[in-house]
Amino acid sequence: MSSRMSFFGPGHGACPGCGLTIATRNVLEALEGKCFVANSTGCLEIVSSQYDRSAWGVPYIHSLFENAGAVAAGIDLALKALKRKDEGKVVVFAGDGATADIGIGPLSGMFDRNHDVIYICLDNEAYQNTGNQQSGLTPPGSNTTTTPVGKLLPGKLGKKKDMVSIAVAHGVPYVATASVAFHADIRRKVKKAAEIEGAKYIQIHTPCVTGWGIDGKQTIESARLAYETALYPIVEYENGELIRVRKIKERKPVEEYLKIQRRFRHLFTHPRGKEVIEILQKIADENAARFNLDI
Amino acid sequence: MRKVVRGFYSIAYSVKLCRPNVIAAYPITPQTEIVENLASMYANGELGECEYVTAESEFGAASILVGASAAGARTFTATCSQGLILMSEVLINAAGMRLPIVLVNTNRALSAPLSIWNDHQDSMILRDAGLMQIHVESNQEAHDMVPVAFKVAENHKVMLPFMINMDGYKLTHAYEPIDLLDQETIDEFLPSYDPPVYMTTKNPLTFGSYAPPQYYAEFRVVMQNAMDRARKELENAYKEWAEITGRDWGGHVVAENVEDAELVAIAMGSLTGMVRDVVSELRTQGKKVGLLKIRTLRPFPIEEVRKALKNAEKILVFERAVSFGHEGPVGMEVKSACFGLTPEFYSFAVGLGGRDIPREEIVKIIGNVYEGKVEQGFHFGTVKPFEEVIV
Amino acid sequence: MVMKITLGGVSKPHSSKNMKTGDWGTEYPVVDEEKCTACKACEYLCPDACIVVVEKDDKKVAVPDYEYCKGCGVCFSVCPADAIRMELKEIYKLEVC
Repeated sequence: MSSRMSFFGPGHGACPGCGLTIATRNVLEALEGKCFVANSTGCLEIVSSQYDRSAWGVPYIHSLFENAGAVAAGIDLALKALKRKDEGKVVVFAGDGATADIGIGPLSGMFDRNHDVIYICLDNEAYQNTGNQQSGLTPPGSNTTTTPVGKLLPGKLGKKKDMVSIAVAHGVPYVATASVAFHADIRRKVKKAAEIEGAKYIQIHTPCVTGWGIDGKQTIESARLAYETALYPIVEYENGELIRVRKIKERKPVEEYLKIQRRFRHLFTHPRGKEVIEILQKIADENAARFNLDI
Repeated sequence: MRKVVRGFYSIAYSVKLCRPNVIAAYPITPQTEIVENLASMYANGELGECEYVTAESEFGAASILVGASAAGARTFTATCSQGLILMSEVLINAAGMRLPIVLVNTNRALSAPLSIWNDHQDSMILRDAGLMQIHVESNQEAHDMVPVAFKVAENHKVMLPFMINMDGYKLTHAYEPIDLLDQETIDEFLPSYDPPVYMTTKNPLTFGSYAPPQYYAEFRVVMQNAMDRARKELENAYKEWAEITGRDWGGHVVAENVEDAELVAIAMGSLTGMVRDVVSELRTQGKKVGLLKIRTLRPFPIEEVRKALKNAEKILVFERAVSFGHEGPVGMEVKSACFGLTPEFYSFAVGLGGRDIPREEIVKIIGNVYEGKVEQGFHFGTVKPFEEVIV
Repeated sequence: MVMKITLGGVSKPHSSKNMKTGDWGTEYPVVDEEKCTACKACEYLCPDACIVVVEKDDKKVAVPDYEYCKGCGVCFSVCPADAIRMELKEIYKLEVC
């Protein structure tokens, strides 16, 4: 294997077409492997860190589900105390549940103390490692095993938690979203984050073939449609100011995104499906207005 | 340098001399003043190559130390009670990852009902966590055991977290004259931390791998082996400490007047002094009683305990905790060490939730057991008459 | 060979290389070297780090590594030059009766 992107894999156990590993490889590539990784328990950890089967080519630690932000803070402090900061950047890879639900306390502490850490939230919109249970970042209408579609309920009710605003409200110097649909953009944002001292938050949309019910050939297409419908706005904040958004040429109706995924398929037949699609379209419209996404 | 200081300071000063690299903590009564002292030393630039942070919780503090320790730093924290059990997931993980984090637990009761006062219910919950655990009797002993803790935790044959238990309030808040150590002594005793593996881009290892069934059991066996080795390494460190400082706190246990004793009373921590005092008085009255102070709880000193109790006709354990549905935890440990011996066994849980333990209570319990006035087994100490009602 | 149990479960980098995942998939990508523009979209987007643009006969082309390729088809789906097609492995062409 002669890939220059050799900081992660191959031989890891991710599902064919996994979005997480695409994002991970591009983050590590942007940092040229000069980094320390703290990873929360979850898909990425399980597929990459089995004993004697590590996919990692950079120093890596997995401690628990909910503490990657704090573990990274500890690495940052150790490198500072031991005068080894020039060895590399500290990076967290954490899933959406680890970030927005169970680990939000340690993440908030890491933001609050402004540790010099790049926190990457790999957002596949549910607890996919354990088989698609809803998280705070699961979008409305999603059919998960803990928000199943039934005669009464059309999947998850309630919104996707706005982690970007939560990060910005902490006053950290850099906050962005990205998508595996735009790999160069991931690398650009990570490179930029690496130049900034303090806590950075980058949330990357990473489709999950099994949880979303898509084919590997649709991994990138589904991520692109999330962007093109404005359900996943791609934005960038520096010092609390919105500095850049990825504009959308011809915004597509949300149905285009929903119809290719098994987790949303019921919305086209369920008695409350139309209502949920309208909610999702409203969210997309509000995103487009809030971030001025339409060209 | 002999000074009158509080228990908090006796710990903080000793930690400073051990040259830690990362201290992360969260305030909790009755621990807070330890980390306040360290924060003050940090603010005054007295901690050298060290970073100090107040975390967002005890869980966060312990997690910070996992990252820092894995990256090669010498690490310290202090906590107790709810804080300790909030840390427990991380501490159990740190033990498995073989990270030599040192912490001081200022023993305090557990909620509910909420109680900020002293007993040992908090640390007993972590008996099976893979941490080394010792109990100290005085603030001088607490002060002295900090360098010992770092030395044994970081010993390559051991590599496990180390928890020093000191009684909340009874020790932490007490002013006592303490012989404060000097830097030269500590530097002679405690080498700088030389991690056998650590996170570095120069050798990018993976820490915290998960183990499928074909590996997991062996990892737990090596933890048990490390604890077994720690028994010897800790004993050596106790001895070396006595040689260097002239203060000999004894080994894993301290047995006094046990050879001919019909009854041996067992205590840990700050209660030991009073039990010793009562035992001495009973000796002057010609009663054949002895004392066994247990210093090391993990690894449990099975042989030392068994040896000290081999002639005893009656064993009496003063418990500071209860394993609900069974009995006092120290008694369970002692009984397992005495398997095959046939003494009578008694244990009394005293001072739960900071309830005062009057000297008379100890006199009465020992006297009653000695004279055969109580049934064998587990008892609660003095409890007021009460009636259980719903509201 | 006696199993090695490392301190705290530390693993060596890239030890996953021993896990040959090439037999996972039902399909495999075939690169049309004439059409390939060596743009590296596939290289950057392969979830398994197993398609790389290399110099071959004075031309840069994408080359899949079948030892690890899981046949997910991401490379096929992102190729802007339509230079990658997916083929069914022979064994999956057999009739099941």
